[in-house]
Amino acid sequence: MSTLITGRVVRLRGYSVRFDPRALAVAVGLVVALAVVSVFSLGTGDFALSPGAVIDSLVGDGTPIADFIVQTIRLPRLLTAVLVGGALGASGAILQRLSGNPLGSPDIIGFTYGSATGALIMITVVHGSMMAIAGGALVGGLATAVLIYALAFGRGGVASRFVLVGIGVGAMLLSANSYLITRASWQDALAAQAWLFGTLNGRGWQQVILIGVAIAVLFPIAGYFARKLALLDLGDDMARALGVGVDWARFALIVTSVALAAFATAATGPIWFVALAAPQLAHRLARGGGPGMMTSAWMGALLLALSDLGVQRLFPDTQLPVGTATGVLGGLYLIWFLATRRREGRA
Amino acid sequence: MSRLHGENLTLGYDQRVVATDLTVAIPTGSFTAIVGPNACGKSTLLKAMARMIKPRAGAVYLDGAEIATYKAREVARRLGLLPQTSVAPAGISVADLVARGRYPHQRLLRQWSREDETIVTDAMAATGVLDLAGRLVDELSGGQRQRVWLAVVLAQQTPILLLDEPTTYLDIAHQLEVLDLCADLHEGGAHTVVAVLHDLNQAFRYATHVVVLRPGGMVAAEGAPADIVTAELIEDVFGLGCRVIDDPETGTPMIVPTARRGAALRT
Repeated sequence: MSTLITGRVVRLRGYSVRFDPRALAVAVGLVVALAVVSVFSLGTGDFALSPGAVIDSLVGDGTPIADFIVQTIRLPRLLTAVLVGGALGASGAILQRLSGNPLGSPDIIGFTYGSATGALIMITVVHGSMMAIAGGALVGGLATAVLIYALAFGRGGVASRFVLVGIGVGAMLLSANSYLITRASWQDALAAQAWLFGTLNGRGWQQVILIGVAIAVLFPIAGYFARKLALLDLGDDMARALGVGVDWARFALIVTSVALAAFATAATGPIWFVALAAPQLAHRLARGGGPGMMTSAWMGALLLALSDLGVQRLFPDTQLPVGTATGVLGGLYLIWFLATRRREGRA
Repeated sequence: MSRLHGENLTLGYDQRVVATDLTVAIPTGSFTAIVGPNACGKSTLLKAMARMIKPRAGAVYLDGAEIATYKAREVARRLGLLPQTSVAPAGISVADLVARGRYPHQRLLRQWSREDETIVTDAMAATGVLDLAGRLVDELSGGQRQRVWLAVVLAQQTPILLLDEPTTYLDIAHQLEVLDLCADLHEGGAHTVVAVLHDLNQAFRYATHVVVLRPGGMVAAEGAPADIVTAELIEDVFGLGCRVIDDPETGTPMIVPTARRGAALRT
């Protein structure tokens, strides 16, 4: 217990952990909401199951039919949504905090366009498999990040330049992507267009494993370095004076953030605005506090699971890609965000 | 005796070299002021001593070993730096900001010990900001804010404190308040204080040891103010004609610039 600093401290022997109770409450709330959405998502559709039957199947107690519906058809899609949403939320939280800019998210800065370029080359030039496309998206996203990093920080630049350089590079990649589509055969162009709307249709355990492994590796790394974000906030000189390896910490955070976005995009194709909106929404609920990576990840997972439930149940016949839903939600969010900021006189 | 010294330092940024072959030792337990004309490399020297920038040639030694061989955290436990400009994140409380000074002593599972709490409280008490602990840094005046930053550096609990122009942007009363605070820290015996200062009379009044740099980053003189300050030195380094008199308050050297039309006005 502490009255001096904000937050709560738990001490045990020589160890002590400091946390923000409000952020923890928000995270718990998001997990509960996500659990409710998940059970609903798994239990509804062409073949309805009661929440009890869904939970029975999840704990290994279900009927063969329920097991097939839940574990083979609906669960991998849901898990992909949760994991991809979580990865995008965390990625956006780190990048926005690092660039000190609420628009500093991977889809705005151009990493996502880079992933698309990689994937489009695989689709239209190499004619690769689904896994090859995912690999192309991964390499494209990471290569774009290296390019932007080199251009923005090459000669001791500042973090705010990162966003501007990223938007420029993103615009160039967008033209490159259009060019690739105009050069492709019409079948390839259709496939490419379909990929460009991020979707969870047809996503199975392969994608779950891909993004799950990425999260298992990258989240601990990001979490370790995220503690240093509080010091980086004080300016580079002060952070260095306090013993933070500033360049290394910033580089590690950018790499993990970009890798999370790239793996997410590799699994589903580009899903817009989750990385942009999740950190801001989580931040508003938790009212600041820590780096917000975990609350933002849970918020991203909830947003994407909810969006996918929406497109599946509201438009059951069209197989609408979830990317269109997040696009619409994100557009509304952005308008609201800019409007409220102007009202607060900070636009 | 010196725990911190630089030998044959050549310092610069990108293409520009600001100092060559600079050798400086900070006497342990002193209140050292670094003074000199604009762009003579005062802040650059301070940054090099704090390992913020790497010397082109020569080396800085901390407690007998080259500073570049230490881990970043180890340097941060021995030597604290208050940079010229620091940014307080929006909406942070005074106590939370000062608490960040404990970072070099914390670990992943030792995030806020009772010791941290005591040290942060003491640092705020020493700088007179304990009453402001719960306030937001954004709401404070310039003088209060500078005292909060000093508390951050104090919470770091380093025997050596490097302050880069700690009085800039403050009015005269707050400048003296900050300098009094530095003098108190120095007189407490636990700290060696090194400050880059602009105001010569303040430097000569408060410092026990002065390093005078000339343009091009060479040491023009160093030692106790009473021993080194002469009108010739000031004329030589700053190109300013002056008289040196005893500070009527403290007896330390005080420069009074020659009036350009002084003779005419007096008659």
